[in-house]
Amino acid sequence: MAISRDSGAEMEEDTQKDKYLTFLLDKDAYAIEIRYVTEIIGIQPITEVPEMPDFIIGIINLRGKIIPVMDVRLRFKKKPMAYNDRTCVIVIDVRDTTMGLIVDNVSEVLSIPDENIVPPPEMNRGYENTFIKAIGKVGSEVRLILDCEKLIGGKDAVTSEATENSMR
Amino acid sequence: MRNFENEHMVEMYVFEALELMSQLEMLALTGERGKSIETNIHDIFRIMHTLKSSSAMMGFESLAALFHAMEDVFFYLRENRPENVDYSTLTDIVLRFTDLIMNEINQIQAGNNPVGDPACLMQEIGEFLSQLKNQSSPIDLGTTRAFHAGESNGEACHTQGKNRFKAFILFEDGCEMENIRAFSVLHNLEKVVEIIDYSPKDIIENHQSAEVIRKSGFEVEFCSELGMDDVKAILSETIFLKDLKLELIEPRNKDDISPGNDDTGREDTKLTVKQSMISVNVSKLDKLMDLVGELVIAQAMVIQNPELEGLSLNSFHKASSQLQKLTNELQDAVMSMRMVPLSATFQKMHRIVRDMGKKLGKDLMLELIGEETEVDKHIIERLSDPLIHLVRNAADHGIEPAEERVRIGKSPAGKITLEARNEGGDVWIFVKDDGRGMDKGKILQKAKEKGLLTKPERELTDREIYGFIFLPGFSTKDKVTEFSGRGVGMDVVNKNIEEIGGTVYVDSIYGVGTTVSIKIPLTLAIIDGMKVRVGKSVYIIPITSIKESFKAGASAIIRDEASNSEMIMLRGDCYPIIRLHEFFGTTPDTTNLDEGIMVVVETDGRLTCLFADEILGVQQVVVKALPKYVKKVNGISGCTVMGNGTVSLIIDVSGLIDSS
Repeated sequence: MAISRDSGAEMEEDTQKDKYLTFLLDKDAYAIEIRYVTEIIGIQPITEVPEMPDFIIGIINLRGKIIPVMDVRLRFKKKPMAYNDRTCVIVIDVRDTTMGLIVDNVSEVLSIPDENIVPPPEMNRGYENTFIKAIGKVGSEVRLILDCEKLIGGKDAVTSEATENSMR
Repeated sequence: MRNFENEHMVEMYVFEALELMSQLEMLALTGERGKSIETNIHDIFRIMHTLKSSSAMMGFESLAALFHAMEDVFFYLRENRPENVDYSTLTDIVLRFTDLIMNEINQIQAGNNPVGDPACLMQEIGEFLSQLKNQSSPIDLGTTRAFHAGESNGEACHTQGKNRFKAFILFEDGCEMENIRAFSVLHNLEKVVEIIDYSPKDIIENHQSAEVIRKSGFEVEFCSELGMDDVKAILSETIFLKDLKLELIEPRNKDDISPGNDDTGREDTKLTVKQSMISVNVSKLDKLMDLVGELVIAQAMVIQNPELEGLSLNSFHKASSQLQKLTNELQDAVMSMRMVPLSATFQKMHRIVRDMGKKLGKDLMLELIGEETEVDKHIIERLSDPLIHLVRNAADHGIEPAEERVRIGKSPAGKITLEARNEGGDVWIFVKDDGRGMDKGKILQKAKEKGLLTKPERELTDREIYGFIFLPGFSTKDKVTEFSGRGVGMDVVNKNIEEIGGTVYVDSIYGVGTTVSIKIPLTLAIIDGMKVRVGKSVYIIPITSIKESFKAGASAIIRDEASNSEMIMLRGDCYPIIRLHEFFGTTPDTTNLDEGIMVVVETDGRLTCLFADEILGVQQVVVKALPKYVKKVNGISGCTVMGNGTVSLIIDVSGLIDSS
């Protein structure tokens, strides 16, 4: 029984392997591993919550489940943009946290094999780089692969940012 | 030997065992108080028996043996009704026994093998039994209660109008595990007959018995209302049966209507009561609760749909009000499913009071009032620890030693009262003792030493002074005892109660006693809320904390430039104002205090005015926790989904006032 369960998990892993959901922020193309993504929804009415870092826009109602939403533009210190009908919320599940990511629009699901993925360049350690896990080559273009755990987690990330904000 | 393929079996076993053990504990304590266990002996016996068989079935042999030993004691008590039994010792043994078993069960639950060595307790049980026998019965029953007991029971059996049988069973050669087979025969018989005796006795715990049964067969005596043929049919079903001899010793006496008959009748009704209950996993109830919450929201979305506005829809409104009625009823039904009486929690205190009394050498009495009061399951779970702590405090700190009590003219027995009652949407629980009360002066002095005074001594109310004991590390007790005095505890009590949305008050009269009152909400899941709007955001204020609302006149507003605070005069009293838009950092329609609306809220007796743009109305809301990622936000207790699918924040009034 135990063996069959393992192989089942492997199968599931297999179909999701090398698959990435790509989306646009400004002119940059980003990608996240498909296994984190649970669904993609349109922009919804968002309720603001006080005392949150500014990139946590608020909370939304996802079929009765209340989840926080993050504006990825603000997270990356890009200039904010008004939401329109192309704005999407990508719902991701990282460990036990469910989070909505607001992005300009979602492009497609791509297959990027391991050999086309390279680590991010060492030099130029910009702030943005901390969220980039790797860079995937697709034809002549590149996709920046996000590190979902760092994006969501790290209380340090949230607090350091929050203090930074308050210092400004 | 043990095979854990079937986790479900273990789960059921654990559930049953824990349930029965706490029942047994209660019965034993009642027995000790009433100095007799006669009325409950059948129940106790049933518990022992059920657990003995299921333990053996699960392969927990040490437990089965222990149950068997305990059963022997009760068997003796039931059959011989000895006088002047030392109930205190008996209860001690039973309680130690239940503790041990519960410990083992917890081990099993954690997936371990039972580890405890019951030998010590076994010996003690054995000693107690032999002591009982020596003390009250001139007839030496010996180690095998077998045939002697059978004789003494014969009378009873005869009068109960049952047939009495003796069966002799021989298993086929080489079938192995004869003792276990014999046990399963007993187990099958138990369902239909009353077993009086069997031989050899120690079939489960002694593996040698297999040998005995193999050679000389297994003998069982029982009485039943069934006829010879029926019994024979049941016994013939035994696997590997080689030989069966069944004889009728005493036929039933049909005319006899004895108290014994009432007994069986009572047990039957009990059985049906039990069968009409099913135990459901709490997570399933939570799920149901969530779904009903969603249903209420979805219904509001349909009925208050903006697209319906301006249409005349007579039959739609009729149908929708019918739907509304049904969903309300459904909601009530689901809520009531989650409501559990406090009695189980209260009953636990008997044990604690007894143990404390013995250890401290005090004579303690516990009175329970209103234990049938029902509270949400979630709340009950988290109420138990604080209550235990308060009861311990009362017994240890509160009640004086007997000599002291007599000297000051109180009855030597200290009394602790545990009372619960419903009041509006709240449940009040009181823990009262008639002990020495708290020394206000001493608390005040200690508070001063620790620099805890926030206002002049004269201005402190009694409740505020007693409130100091809830601060961490505060203890006026000079000695640290096993039970209390370390100064941790009361602050934990306070924190636990606050977590379930309750408040704790202390009242005390020096020399007369102390009362700790706990106010807790009936349920956490659904509250009546007032919707207020600030700019584009809608907030919910729990109705229970709202006193009134009004439009402020400009003349009533007082500004204190020095501390930059605002206050308002209302009927001669002065209340501070909290502007919600400032607190939550939103953009309001107006910042003019005389244009918006004032909502007066009360918490812990403090009144405060909240300033908002507009009141939108009252609505029942389903409380949901904020996502974990958001953590705790000051002034917000949770959120809820509104009729239009958006999320509103629920204001935590006391948090808001504290942090502003």
